[in-house]
Amino acid sequence: MKSTVITFPGSNCDRDMDVALKKFGFKNKMVWHADAELPKSDLVVLPGGFSYGDYLRCGSMASKSKIMQSVINFASSGGMVLGICNGFQILVETGLVPGVLLRNKYLEFICKNVFVKISDKKNKYFKNIENEVLEFHIAHNEGNYFCTNDQLKVIEDNNQIAINYCDRNGKIEDQFNPNGSIKNIAGIFNKEKNVLGMMPHPERMIDTSLSGEDGSLFFKNLINNLK
Amino acid sequence: MKISVIITLKKDVLDPQGKVIHQTLDGMGFNDVNEVRQGKYFEIDTTETDNDKAKAKVEEMCKKLLANLVIENYKIIDPK
Repeated sequence: MKSTVITFPGSNCDRDMDVALKKFGFKNKMVWHADAELPKSDLVVLPGGFSYGDYLRCGSMASKSKIMQSVINFASSGGMVLGICNGFQILVETGLVPGVLLRNKYLEFICKNVFVKISDKKNKYFKNIENEVLEFHIAHNEGNYFCTNDQLKVIEDNNQIAINYCDRNGKIEDQFNPNGSIKNIAGIFNKEKNVLGMMPHPERMIDTSLSGEDGSLFFKNLINNLK
Repeated sequence: MKISVIITLKKDVLDPQGKVIHQTLDGMGFNDVNEVRQGKYFEIDTTETDNDKAKAKVEEMCKKLLANLVIENYKIIDPK
């Protein structure tokens, strides 16, 4: 399986993602944002970081990068595109997934482990994962998911919510919402579910000596689903 | 020609920064403030000399980059 990680000026999780993808069997290539062409890929990842210093709005400049037109075309023809953290912010700015990510409700940069409940498994990202709840890491200042009521209705009607913040037992409540996101939304799909944007970092959970292993579950499952 | 643009958050969108500014103002003794909403202001200097054309271009900039229309409104200020 071939994957591509896009590096924007200010990306800082691109190499972690590269390590994670390779660990679980992807042949990964790193591509610079100013390139126009996407190499042949089964998966394209927009990594976390602070692309363009988060100027104007997080992800807004990166969404206009040269490579993004190719990423948009790839996604529109059904290609798998995963955006993590800043990558999620870039995805909403391109319009590939609905909504926006606002400043965290309590104005704090949040850096901690969280639990998320998988709310839809009819997709290539979470199909066949046995767990209902995964422990991932979040590190963000603008992860407060927001959309209009009309958008929310469409999102819910199409089961586009991928994961919600919850406790270790999968209980989705306000007190387990770290950033003020509508409905505790931590990740969301496009309508066709080939594009996934999420705030948590699975690539930070792939090594028992550093952290948990729920990221390993995610990547192992993903590559199997793509085969 | 210089054109100014003001970007504001839409009414229903939470503005935690505006809230904190409000609280701080309150703490400073400015107790008659109802609400504070924070926005953005741009000055765009363009070589375009036709007023209408320049405004149309800036409007396109607002829609494509300067504002995110899910959460923000933009207002173009007439060049003097």
